[in-house]
Amino acid sequence: MRVMTKPLKQIRNFAIIAHIDHGKSTLADRLIQECGGLEDREMKEQVLDSMDIERERGITIKAQTVRLAFTAADGVEYQFNLMDTPGHVDFSYEVSRSLAACEGSLLVVDASQGVEAQTLANVYQAIDNDHDIIPVINKIDLPAAEPDRVIQEIEDVIGLPADDAILCSAKTGEGIQELLQAIVDRLPPPHEGDETKPLKALLVDSWYDIYLGVMILVRVLDGKLKKGQRIQFMNTRAVRDIDRVGMFTPKPVLLDDMGPGEMGFITASIKDIEETQVGDTITEEKRPCDGKLDGFKPSVPMVFCSLFPADAGDFEQLRDSLGKLKLNDAALHFEPENSQALGLGFRCGFLGLLHMEIIQERLDREFDLDLIPTAPSVVYHIYKTDGEMTELYNPADMPDVVSIEHVEEPWIKATILTPNEYVGGLLKLCEERRGTQLDLTYAGNRVMLVYRLPLNEVVFDFYDRLKSISRGYASFDYELDGYGKNDLVKMEIRVNEEPVDALAMIVHRSGAEARGRQLCERLKELVPRQMFKIAIQAAIGGKIIARETVSAMRKDVTAKCYGGDVTRKRKLLEKQKKGKAKMRQYGNVEIPQSAFINALKMGDE
Amino acid sequence: MSVSQNLPLFGVYVHWPFCAAKCPYCDFNSHVREEIDHDAWAQAYRQEIRHYYNLTPDRTVTSVFFGGGTPSLMKPETVQVIMDEIAACWGIAHHGEVTLEANPTSVEASKFEGFRSAGINRVSIGVQALRDDILRFLGRQHTAEEALRAIATARQVFDRYSFDLMYARPEQTLQEWRTELQDALQYAAGHMSLYQLTIEKGTAFYTQHQRGDFIMPDDDRGADFYELTQEIMDGAGLPLYEVSNHAGAGQESLHNQTYWRYGEYVGIGPGAHGRVHVNGQYRATRAHKAPEVWMDRVRAHGHGAHPFEALDTEKRFAEALMMGLRLREGVSRTHLNAVSGCIFEDQIAEDKLVRLEKEGYLNCPDDDRIVPTIAGLQRLNAMLGYLLS
Repeated sequence: MRVMTKPLKQIRNFAIIAHIDHGKSTLADRLIQECGGLEDREMKEQVLDSMDIERERGITIKAQTVRLAFTAADGVEYQFNLMDTPGHVDFSYEVSRSLAACEGSLLVVDASQGVEAQTLANVYQAIDNDHDIIPVINKIDLPAAEPDRVIQEIEDVIGLPADDAILCSAKTGEGIQELLQAIVDRLPPPHEGDETKPLKALLVDSWYDIYLGVMILVRVLDGKLKKGQRIQFMNTRAVRDIDRVGMFTPKPVLLDDMGPGEMGFITASIKDIEETQVGDTITEEKRPCDGKLDGFKPSVPMVFCSLFPADAGDFEQLRDSLGKLKLNDAALHFEPENSQALGLGFRCGFLGLLHMEIIQERLDREFDLDLIPTAPSVVYHIYKTDGEMTELYNPADMPDVVSIEHVEEPWIKATILTPNEYVGGLLKLCEERRGTQLDLTYAGNRVMLVYRLPLNEVVFDFYDRLKSISRGYASFDYELDGYGKNDLVKMEIRVNEEPVDALAMIVHRSGAEARGRQLCERLKELVPRQMFKIAIQAAIGGKIIARETVSAMRKDVTAKCYGGDVTRKRKLLEKQKKGKAKMRQYGNVEIPQSAFINALKMGDE
Repeated sequence: MSVSQNLPLFGVYVHWPFCAAKCPYCDFNSHVREEIDHDAWAQAYRQEIRHYYNLTPDRTVTSVFFGGGTPSLMKPETVQVIMDEIAACWGIAHHGEVTLEANPTSVEASKFEGFRSAGINRVSIGVQALRDDILRFLGRQHTAEEALRAIATARQVFDRYSFDLMYARPEQTLQEWRTELQDALQYAAGHMSLYQLTIEKGTAFYTQHQRGDFIMPDDDRGADFYELTQEIMDGAGLPLYEVSNHAGAGQESLHNQTYWRYGEYVGIGPGAHGRVHVNGQYRATRAHKAPEVWMDRVRAHGHGAHPFEALDTEKRFAEALMMGLRLREGVSRTHLNAVSGCIFEDQIAEDKLVRLEKEGYLNCPDDDRIVPTIAGLQRLNAMLGYLLS
């Protein structure tokens, strides 16, 4: 398609920032529709969220852009590049790169829910990226809508002037035209850009398409992108020939070229998504630009857990499935692991808890795999007595205590927004989890808590507890806040003196005993009684900190062996033998794998 | 008054598959029929006995056992025909044990004389309980008083008799069982079978239990019952010689010991099992369970059995161990090796025996014998699982 590149002043690049369920995707759909990007019959809800899981959970995982044409009040046709960004902290780096590709943001807040923790984290990122921000109060059609209160909250909590907020309903269409005009009037065009300069473009996101290979979302800063051009990725050093340049309307449409200030996609016969890392700078191989864009950061997994197939026969399928997900998710890391308790599986690294949950859910749903996940863990820094630092990804691999000088764990800065009646419970939760209070602000009947917490204390079940304490009303977000030294120890669970690798965990010494006792008690309930008594212990180093005993069963015998029918009894025994495939041997007792699975399943009570 | 020790054990089991009514706890092969052609059944049994005799000649029968179903519903004439045929084929050893299971209704007790004339010298009476309300719950057709009269009749008519009781019933207390068992011991003569009530699939009790109509004692409670039972029976001079069987010295059931010592036995009648050496191979036999199908097959082929299953050495070893460890006397390695063709040490690791001995579940008094303790007997299934895994 022959589309003239627009002068900079007729371009507006903007992102939409919102908490889950505040109507971000619905608003995007409505803007697309108003600008004629899709016919009514083509509209399905949340056009931009292409994965089932995104649509269902209201979470955007991949950044998407749509180019829209809007004729403003002055009669001039503007090019809008609307960016739908991943809205969760796990993808905060991806969010920051998406925001770096835009000059403005729409801050969407639900007219009845008000500001949530996630809104806050994202809006701060937008401010860090020097965005001009238009507050948009959505869902004003709802009976519970209180736009005035929400405007006040935006001013109090975020500190953003909101008296000129746009009031709208993406559902009914009310206020949408006004919003489109505000985008022209209140958001800036791209700051600068010279199409005669060497090519300089930001790699915003990439994903794998089964027909086209890796598709790359880009924002051009200088120069032009053209089909046939030989480009280079400045961080990975990879060189490729562009075979397609295009835009989404949201349907993909091919273009001849793309100029400064514009956004769109390119393909370059790339098979491996790891070549196309978010935040990289794209330039022309023959005529490179003078410097890379700031802020490139290879993706680093923060949360780890092991995934084992419930059926050992599914190991190969799990490998294939993880490989397929990896095609589209450079942040997913995995390597094979062999556990005595749970068999063959994979140690997997994720950006965060939601990322982990999404991967598990996709494996379950799209690949039909039953998985046993171990308790999530973080990356510890182990400083050894010889001065060396090693990263610990799996508690079971913790080196011998005598060789450790000290251990550091990752910390986060957590922001919690809650109705004030739940503050007491939440303060207690944060204190229990070794948190340090940084801030406590009242805004109307809501409170903002800021705490510094060890990530380790949050990965396990913090979010569930937070939701249960606040009856679902509190919201939570976090950012990483460095590493800190602490008295951390490896706690082992032993069955008849033998450690169960899958249950090993790193805990703070102060909480070890309570945690150990709890796990031992839980296992006692789960391990069926056997002929011999079974000792279940929690230990730190050589020291036992908790102990439970599963007493021996007292009776297990067939009362009547009638009429010489030995066959039936023998077959029963043979069947019992087959069942042992699912049993794990600890000393002279066999523990059904299901006991470990259930021990891992249950959260703290 | 017992069979010569020199004779190898060779039992004949005869299954009479009919009952007047099906008991709600029973999962044995029993059927209720309006009409039974007793002559036709007598002929079919004769035919099948002859068939097995041809496969296993040159043996002398040391015991016969009429089980069921309710064999006391047979006509004494039918029993006579069967006994005559067994005698004509293999011959029955001097003092051979011939047992018939009987229900203690007055009608059946009135036939005891006839059974004795036909060759029965021992009855095993299904008393089950000595309380009428419990007997109704168990679906029995007799009262406690009738049961006691049947026992009195048996005492007059037969050299030996035994009776069964069932315990660890829903809501039963230990004290109730103590009273009931001590009461029952007044009527005992040398042998009693005491079975813990278990809920088996396919029975009326199974459905009722699933539905929550009653609650069964758990394993701990079951163990309490079992341990109390041993205490009372030891005191009465009737210690257990098998998991659920008690006898004074020399009063053990020879027929059942044939199973437990892994001797040879022939199974006659619908659903009957056998273990026989045929053409140099040890085989498991199993007859079709449905009475009418069995009958048709006997008429057509001379027997109602499914194809015989040849038992390899390992299966024989497992079976002999499973059965042998049910006995208080235990098993010997020499015996297991002889009946199975295996080498004991290849089948069972020594350290497992050491471990079980240490735990108090069995004793190894010498290099040969393995003797379960009471603690071991009451955990036998787990112990077998451990030994044979």
